[in-house]
Amino acid sequence: MTTVLEARDLKRYYSVKRGLFAGEATLKALDGASFTLERGKTLAVVGESGCGKSTLARLLTMIEGPTAGSFRIGETEVVGADRGTLKGLRPRVQIVFQNPYGSLNPRQKIGHALEEPLLVNTALPAAERTRKAREMMQLVGLRPEHYDRYPHMFSGGQRQRIAIARALMLEPEILVLDEPVSALDLSIQAQVLNLLAELQERLKLAYVFISHDLSVVRHIADDVMVMYLGRVVEQGPREAVFDGPKHPYTQALLSATPVADPARKRERIVLKGELPSPLSPPSGCAFRNRCPVAREACAAEVPLLRPIGPQMVACHFAS
Amino acid sequence: MPSDTVIASAAAAPPGPVRAFWNAFSENRGAVIGLFAVLLICVVAALAPLLAPHDPLEQVKGATKLPPFWVEGADPRFWLGTDAVGRDMLSRLMFGARISLFIGLSVMVVSMVVGVALGLAAAWYGGLIDVLIIRIMDLIMAIPSLVLAILIIAMIGPSLSNTIIAVTIVYLPRYVRLVRASALAELSKDYVTAAKVAGVGPFRLMTVTVLPNCLAPLIVQAALGVSDAILEAAGLGFLGLGAQPPTPEWGAMLADTRDLMLSHPWVMALPGLCILLTVMAINLMGDGLRDALDPRLRKS
Repeated sequence: MTTVLEARDLKRYYSVKRGLFAGEATLKALDGASFTLERGKTLAVVGESGCGKSTLARLLTMIEGPTAGSFRIGETEVVGADRGTLKGLRPRVQIVFQNPYGSLNPRQKIGHALEEPLLVNTALPAAERTRKAREMMQLVGLRPEHYDRYPHMFSGGQRQRIAIARALMLEPEILVLDEPVSALDLSIQAQVLNLLAELQERLKLAYVFISHDLSVVRHIADDVMVMYLGRVVEQGPREAVFDGPKHPYTQALLSATPVADPARKRERIVLKGELPSPLSPPSGCAFRNRCPVAREACAAEVPLLRPIGPQMVACHFAS
Repeated sequence: MPSDTVIASAAAAPPGPVRAFWNAFSENRGAVIGLFAVLLICVVAALAPLLAPHDPLEQVKGATKLPPFWVEGADPRFWLGTDAVGRDMLSRLMFGARISLFIGLSVMVVSMVVGVALGLAAAWYGGLIDVLIIRIMDLIMAIPSLVLAILIIAMIGPSLSNTIIAVTIVYLPRYVRLVRASALAELSKDYVTAAKVAGVGPFRLMTVTVLPNCLAPLIVQAALGVSDAILEAAGLGFLGLGAQPPTPEWGAMLADTRDLMLSHPWVMALPGLCILLTVMAINLMGDGLRDALDPRLRKS
């Protein structure tokens, strides 16, 4: 096993202006995430809107830098690297976005969209770029005549194939998938997921799979990281997290996933209240005001991730 | 895959972008008339040396202030009559079209190129550079356009090329603001982020990725800008601050014949009519262009 990505305590804060006379507030979009990603494996990042999933994606793809913490791609440290090193690292991590209608340039033909990464990063001659683009189109299940078409001529699923093809043109080791199937119809979702699984098998890609759909995650993930308000609440191997969730938030999430088995007895945990504002999270454990097992200690102290069995859990009372 | 075949057959049905554009454009009859009028004026301007019966600067002795052919006392040599010093009106109007179109087009091209560059720079850099560019544009817009143009002419002296510079500066802000606004909207979209992640540098990102997606409103603005520039230049010419005599510029021709307004009205009416028709034709065409290029106004 080779580690392609290692993140240590990644944080990203934004300062938000609240008004003309009010001071600036700090929004802790991501407040400490550590994980390692192995070649050919999938790490799923799960959580509701505003939990820091997409911020994590922006950090990993080097669109913006972290406020604190560090991460390595292969053996190279990213935080504090000079421009030349960063330029060399960028092709190794690519991203596929959630909305395939916004992620393709409407004025660019598919062929040109696929060749552009090669044009700006390599010195390949035009004929070679075209050959590679056509090869990639075949690999993701697009037909040769699609080369000269514009994005508006494609359906959502086909567009997502194009977006995946574009991300793969630079032969990255890591693909960040930011909710890649949540904008698609259910039947198309399966096709794209199968394509992703097939590509991972063939190209030994490592995926960071961001999603809020637990049934998709169960299908595709090797490791799972559950996030709540910028913090990791539970992380570990898929089987451990799905079969024996330890954190009350994970338990609640899993109990809300529909199961296609009417005979199976289900205990539905319904969370109280709303997601608190990330500008003023509760003291101590951020989950405490919605937690079914919260006690006084939860307000005083922030729970740290600690190993319980095969996974890591951030809860004072989990066992 | 079933979805593929469905798409292939559906993609064959809709017309290509040029065809779709023409269909939308030709729905507006005024726009088509405007387009043909503009084309006619362009042809006349381009072929003026061949079409004009006389030299526009030649003063024919004994043939001053002749009326056009439909008025009694007209000379068959001068269809539209002559001006106060015996120059053929028709020839002067034809050559005047060259000057007016040249002013209109060069102002449009220069202010669009500079405006696009400044607008993209403001959108990309943001911060201080953005504030600086936009505030200067606000300053230009705060002064009435003709007053500002006169001010600039007063500084650099009256001539045809200086007219172009003055009018270009006056019309710069609308391009800068338009480009900046649309570029900012495009910059926040995922495809721009995807290009950044793929390693596309700032220059290529702004010109190749972002700019083509801002073009539709820009084309409309440019088309309408031509007529505004012609009008502004004619105004300066009328005030004696534009093209200098004996250049046959429509605005200057109006001014030269001001004292004949009551005794020989056609000498003044003809150049005025030319300005009116040209500006109206370009505006009609520009309106049609806007309707055709804006998908929200397009009938589906």
